Amino acid sequence: MAETSKPSTYEAVIGIECHVELKTESKMFCGCPNAFGGEPNTKVCPVCLALPGALPVPNKAAIEHMIAAGLAFGAEVPAFSKFDRKNYFYPDMPKDYQISQYDMPLTQGGVVRYWLEDGTMKECRLTRIHLEEDTGKSTHAGSGDGRIAGSTYSLVDFNRAGVPLMECVSEPDIRSADEAVGYLEALRRTLQQLGVSDVKMEEGSLRCDANVSIRPVGSTEFGTKTEIKNMNSFRSVHRAIESEIERQIALVEKGERVVQETRGWDEVRGTTHSMRSKEQAHDYRYFPDPDLVPMEIARELVEKVRAALPELPLSRFERYTTRFGLDVKQATQLVDNLPLAQFFDAVVAASENPKQATNFVLGDLSRLANEHGKPVHESAVIPAHLAELIALVEAKTINSKIAKELIERMWRGDGSPKAIVEREGLAQTSDPAAIEKFIDDVLAANEKSVTDYRAGKTNVMGFLVGQVMKASKGKADPALVNGLMKQKLEG
Amino acid sequence: MEIIERSAAQIAREVNARTLSACDVTDAVLAHVEAVEGDVGSYVSVLHDQARAAAARVDERVKNGETLPLAGVPLAVKDNMCLVGTRTTAGSKILENWHAPYTATAVQRLLDAGCVPIGKANMDEFAMGSSCENSALGVTKNPYDLSRVPGGSSGGSAAAVAAFEAAIGMGSDTGGSIREPAAFCNLVGFKPTYGRISRYGLIAFASSLDQIGPLTRTVEDAALAYDAMAGKDPMDATSIDRAIEPTATTLRTDLTGVKIGIVKQFDTRELGDDIDHLYDKAYHDLQALGAELVDIELPTADYGLATYYLIAPAECSSNLARFDGVRYGMRVEGADVHEMYEKTRAAGFGPEVKRRILIGTYALSSGYYDAYYVRAQKARTLIARDFEAAFAQCDLIACPAASSPAFQFNAKSDPYSMYLMDYYTIPMSLAGLPALSVPCGWVTPAGGSSPMPMGLQLTAPLFKERELLSAAHAYENMTKHASAYRPSLERTPGGR
Repeated sequence: MAETSKPSTYEAVIGIECHVELKTESKMFCGCPNAFGGEPNTKVCPVCLALPGALPVPNKAAIEHMIAAGLAFGAEVPAFSKFDRKNYFYPDMPKDYQISQYDMPLTQGGVVRYWLEDGTMKECRLTRIHLEEDTGKSTHAGSGDGRIAGSTYSLVDFNRAGVPLMECVSEPDIRSADEAVGYLEALRRTLQQLGVSDVKMEEGSLRCDANVSIRPVGSTEFGTKTEIKNMNSFRSVHRAIESEIERQIALVEKGERVVQETRGWDEVRGTTHSMRSKEQAHDYRYFPDPDLVPMEIARELVEKVRAALPELPLSRFERYTTRFGLDVKQATQLVDNLPLAQFFDAVVAASENPKQATNFVLGDLSRLANEHGKPVHESAVIPAHLAELIALVEAKTINSKIAKELIERMWRGDGSPKAIVEREGLAQTSDPAAIEKFIDDVLAANEKSVTDYRAGKTNVMGFLVGQVMKASKGKADPALVNGLMKQKLEG
Repeated sequence: MEIIERSAAQIAREVNARTLSACDVTDAVLAHVEAVEGDVGSYVSVLHDQARAAAARVDERVKNGETLPLAGVPLAVKDNMCLVGTRTTAGSKILENWHAPYTATAVQRLLDAGCVPIGKANMDEFAMGSSCENSALGVTKNPYDLSRVPGGSSGGSAAAVAAFEAAIGMGSDTGGSIREPAAFCNLVGFKPTYGRISRYGLIAFASSLDQIGPLTRTVEDAALAYDAMAGKDPMDATSIDRAIEPTATTLRTDLTGVKIGIVKQFDTRELGDDIDHLYDKAYHDLQALGAELVDIELPTADYGLATYYLIAPAECSSNLARFDGVRYGMRVEGADVHEMYEKTRAAGFGPEVKRRILIGTYALSSGYYDAYYVRAQKARTLIARDFEAAFAQCDLIACPAASSPAFQFNAKSDPYSMYLMDYYTIPMSLAGLPALSVPCGWVTPAGGSSPMPMGLQLTAPLFKERELLSAAHAYENMTKHASAYRPSLERTPGGR
């Protein structure tokens, strides 16, 4: 990854614009299914094909998703909102206007709070989030490389046309590529956990552009910005922003000026390239869509959506780090995996032992989940059983070795660990007399080792303890075995 | 009375009583269409097969015990309304060969009520015009004088009903496109409150103004058609979710207790003595029916035309963007997609449509938007408030539907004189009010030989369709102006 030169002299000013496809049963203004992929032009109807006479009818679920997203980021949800037409000709936009929102978006303002890998908390203000419809997809044929240049004809698939699309515009509060990724991660996990979007960059349900400029540290004025497009993963967002910052610094250092333009990120070359210089200001001729009546957003609806909001990732993160004492990495791992976090919460609630719960959930259980390719919450292990296991360990009824065995058996579906322990007599032996008996037997059978130990080869101790554990079928309290063994050998 | 001349109400009664079959009605009408279409030219497409199939279905349903409010009634569908499987052109070259894959809600409701679609009726291109002369698909003539226009934009539907080629004509009214042709063709033309009838499947001209309504030979038929079409449609977000009171069963024959406003700003003396006397007589007739006449003012009505010619073109500039050659309709190939757009739209749209797209694009442009579009919206609000204030003093408003009878072809060569034809109908459209034109007498235009019909426009407050139709019915019942003359068609039974 490129290093930013002279970080002490320049700072980057970055704003991010995201388009997020909302997860709904049907499209924004018609009854066609809202689903990724499919044979071209199979999820279409008179409305989303803009046949003559067809009319849009807004999707209420999409509007509720918008309200949920706005509330999650502390945005204002105004009492009135409306849809406007953004007029421009484009072959994959069937009406040759996009139904969007101009001056009365569904949410205004708000803040995305996020954390960096070192746990630093950051904030980025939102300008607005508005609701619009997605376009179809063009495929250019005849040029060999799928590019429009040199193509002889184009094909349009309207399956995506009319899918509800949320446009989320940030203020220029982001100062580095790391922050940009932190912001995007926060946006993604929040929208995903609200259930409003799949937020998958690889399927195009999350798309983002970054506006990047630089300025001398300490300056309050903005430099000339460029808009970076074609970033297909968070990793490419990071690389593209770093590369663009470096390019702009190099230009300024050479005494040249940054040109306001749109630049495309080239994943292979690892650089941005000019796509088009500041277009002649496009006049979209926005005006209120007369096919759609202005929306009155009832306060009862807003409160209903607010009441149904789940615990948000940020609150969960803070709970894990401050109340449960998880480190940033552990907390992030859980917060990014809602079903696992919910499983974890259930284990903590039942066991009241967040530390052990973290160890088992992020340790043994996550390892098993990886090995078996099955998420923890879909496995045979239920939180109540894991809490039982933690209680058995806490009470020293079983030692960690037995615990590991039990968790494997729980994964295989053997059920309650307490029941297994009782049924199979796996409880740890903590009776010193019984353990002494095991030790005496082992020492008697391994005289050479005893001699070796006493001659200074203290590392045979491990072997001897192992023999005791084996003799006890793993049930002896290892700490007790160690202590007593030492006494016997040295006493 | 010949089958083709019977009212929709009569036909439905007889077909429901099984004293007449829908198939017989349809055959009679189709034969008559064959005979007169060469003169009148009401239809862009005649739907022989669909009509016969629909008639057979109606007879079957009636035979199975159903009573259909419009059983077997021959219907003319304006060609800006989709009917599955039929060519739907909106009077434009750009859609000359487009076949609708779905049916408009209003059309479907009439078919469900028993109507039989006889044909798709000619119209001004995309409903822009007041004479039908802007059609790219052919000429439609006024059945009362073939040298004159039928009015527009619903001129084909009006001519069809006047010439007995249908009993109900579906029209769409944006600034007068139902009421003016109704006045020109001796018909009742009814534009309900904006939002009463679904626009789904109506090819949009100006979405905030477009409203579907019937053209009929009697008020009762208009009421029957309205009752069948009105009501919330989940496919149209602007359709109104409000109980529909049936109108056809409550038509009155007197106007006792009804206050009718006469608009000070609409001085009929400006229209010439003949016309002035005609409206004077009409207002007196209302009084004779028991109505109380009150003077009212609509001070902003004079701004209607200017307001309308910003809002309607602005909306149409956007609504007509979709005719781009990409997905359907005409395409003229170009070197790239932009050239294809330009060539297609240059070849596909007629001059009036292009004029309005240009005006609308200009009115919405950055830097002009506030001065034109926003101001027009404000003026629209003021006009609506004027009506509200007026309706505090009266129950209905009476005024002319058009300033003259039907004019001759090519008489209005400059666009503005054509726009003036809608002077009396536009303010009601801007306010979204229900309004209708009912025949109110005949005048012989200077240089003309045949007496031509005139229309009285009645306007009601929002959602007062019932009161409006009732008053029109009382007036029609007393005056019987419509039956004074017959269409001047050689082949029309009993024609002069």
